[in-house]
Amino acid sequence: MRLRVNPIACAGHGMCAELLPELITLDPWGYPVLASQDVPAELTGHARRAAAACPTLALLTDNSLVTDSPGPRHARRA
Amino acid sequence: MNTIAIARRGVPRLLAGLSYYHSADLAEHERIYGPLPVVGRRFIDVVDASGLTGRGGAGFPAGRKMRSVAAGRGGKVVVANGCEGEPASSKDRLLLTRLPHLVLDGIVAAAMAVGAADAYLCVHDHETELMDWLDDAVAERTDRVRVTVTGIPGRYVASEQSSIVQYLTGGPAKPTFAPPRPHERGVRGLPTMVSNVETLAHLALIARYGDRWFRSAGLPAAPGSMLVTVSGAVCRPGVYEIELGTSIGQVVASAGGPAERLQALLVGGYFGAWLPAGVAWQLPMTHAALKAAGGALGAGMVIALPVSSCLLAETARVVRYLAYEGAGQCGPCVFGLPALADAMTDLAYHGGRGRVLGQLATLLPLVERRGACRHPDGVTQLIRSALRAAAEDARRHDQAGPCHGVVRGPLLPLPGDDR
Amino acid sequence: MSFDTHGPGLWYATRATGLVTLLMLTASVLLGLLVAGRFSSQRWPRFLTQGLHRNISLLVLVFLVLHVGTTVLDSYTSIPLSAAFVPFASAYKAGWLSLGAVALDLLIALVVTSLVRNRLGYRTWRRLHWLAYACWPVAVAHGLGIGTDRSVTWVIAMTLGCVGCVGVAAAWRIVNFGAR
Repeated sequence: MRLRVNPIACAGHGMCAELLPELITLDPWGYPVLASQDVPAELTGHARRAAAACPTLALLTDNSLVTDSPGPRHARRA
Repeated sequence: MNTIAIARRGVPRLLAGLSYYHSADLAEHERIYGPLPVVGRRFIDVVDASGLTGRGGAGFPAGRKMRSVAAGRGGKVVVANGCEGEPASSKDRLLLTRLPHLVLDGIVAAAMAVGAADAYLCVHDHETELMDWLDDAVAERTDRVRVTVTGIPGRYVASEQSSIVQYLTGGPAKPTFAPPRPHERGVRGLPTMVSNVETLAHLALIARYGDRWFRSAGLPAAPGSMLVTVSGAVCRPGVYEIELGTSIGQVVASAGGPAERLQALLVGGYFGAWLPAGVAWQLPMTHAALKAAGGALGAGMVIALPVSSCLLAETARVVRYLAYEGAGQCGPCVFGLPALADAMTDLAYHGGRGRVLGQLATLLPLVERRGACRHPDGVTQLIRSALRAAAEDARRHDQAGPCHGVVRGPLLPLPGDDR
Repeated sequence: MSFDTHGPGLWYATRATGLVTLLMLTASVLLGLLVAGRFSSQRWPRFLTQGLHRNISLLVLVFLVLHVGTTVLDSYTSIPLSAAFVPFASAYKAGWLSLGAVALDLLIALVVTSLVRNRLGYRTWRRLHWLAYACWPVAVAHGLGIGTDRSVTWVIAMTLGCVGCVGVAAAWRIVNFGAR
């Protein structure tokens, strides 16, 4: 699963960083910084919940790319 | 100047028909370059073979762009970007004022090849005289493609590709979030080819003389010619046409050579990069070579900075201008760029407390690639290259304070300066 | 257990569920304002405000089912089911009851559009969600106007309390984050 932020939609609410702290931290202005674009298998549920929680639908998950090992790695396009 | 001469010589090509005294009307244009041949879908193969890449800065292969637009469903649209947002660039303006029919030929050829019936020629909306001028040029012609001259609101970021597409579709002139790209869904949802006016001008000549002719200039990996705007401490600033692969030193020489001893050159415009003079002199003007040197070819600008100027001060000025020229849509850009501008101003004009370089090192990765468009990335690239090219100066500024060069008048042009 | 549709039991149930619905709807509006105003503290994360807002809104629907159900089943007043959705479908206190129908319709619209938010897109959803500021006052008016407990002091006090809370929260939200 790949994770992306739509920077235009993002208004810096910060719920994503609360719900997925392993991958998302907030910069000094309240906007999300993604540690990695690839979501390891054990965090996909949390990632989906974080995306559903975003008040402006700015956090996007994309299932068309699959990582076959845990931990951030370069995903090959399926 | 006649068409046979153009077919043989290296450069000039685009500027072969350039007159200092007047703009070429349709009749004169056809006399110099010959009439535009009718082209169809197979012209895309010719463009592919020619290796023409976009001249607006990104350098995307033109043939590939045309092919993906032509492969889309529904009507197609061609958009010619003549906005020239870069303050230090004048090449697009030159083409539009002196050789408008070359650009219009390119638009028509592109439209015929991808199957578009509609085209837009975009310039900034405060250029009312230019728009009237172009309207007259369009009126002289009898193409089947309908070309509409359109004014785009005049901010720096408004001339970005997705901004123009959104504006033409009826929205604000601001960049949009990446997918879908214009060649998939652009103006009014139709596959749209957005190209710089210089790229289209090259298409106009490729339609007449073919891909092998185009490749007869430049290098095998970087074919053709390009327009460069040379300014700064050179004897004859202006727009010149060069073959790709020409070294930066030769480019400066063709602009009359340096007016003073140079410390660095800003190549690629305000979204390009600083290169120390010693490093830059031998570098060929190609995308690959400049990228490898930590820079960018951009839209072909070369600004020569003399040793009597302060590179950091010039950069701080430009960064402050760019910091408020964003679309205001993305937090990291809205907050990060002014923070970077403050830090650069501090470094250039105050300094002396040993903190600023650290601040910049923290801020730069927080701003890069976190916006919807490349505006913040251009600024961070400019700053990084400044810190590299003037590394010694930066250290001294940070520890001890500004240098004497800061009191000299600014060199790099910005809108609002007296031209 | 026998179910007496003639006695006052259902009537009490209607009023009770109505009051609880009002309280929960107020809570939902308050939480919504807190989300918009970006409320958070050391021990109260933002996702909690939003999670509660969504869950309480769904609970409001549950209590509305009970509220409408007990009203319709009550044979003392012959109010058809359609009156819950269609204004002026019942003769009994037509005006005030209709307000309840309007509030319910708006609430259904709010919940459904929120559930399909992903498909609607953020901008459309946001514009539709402003209907919440119509839904809540209409519900309050319905509760006051229907008159059943208008003379009961604590009910009045509670309603005023709800209005007061929403007013304060709305002011806080405007001050805190303008009209975003």
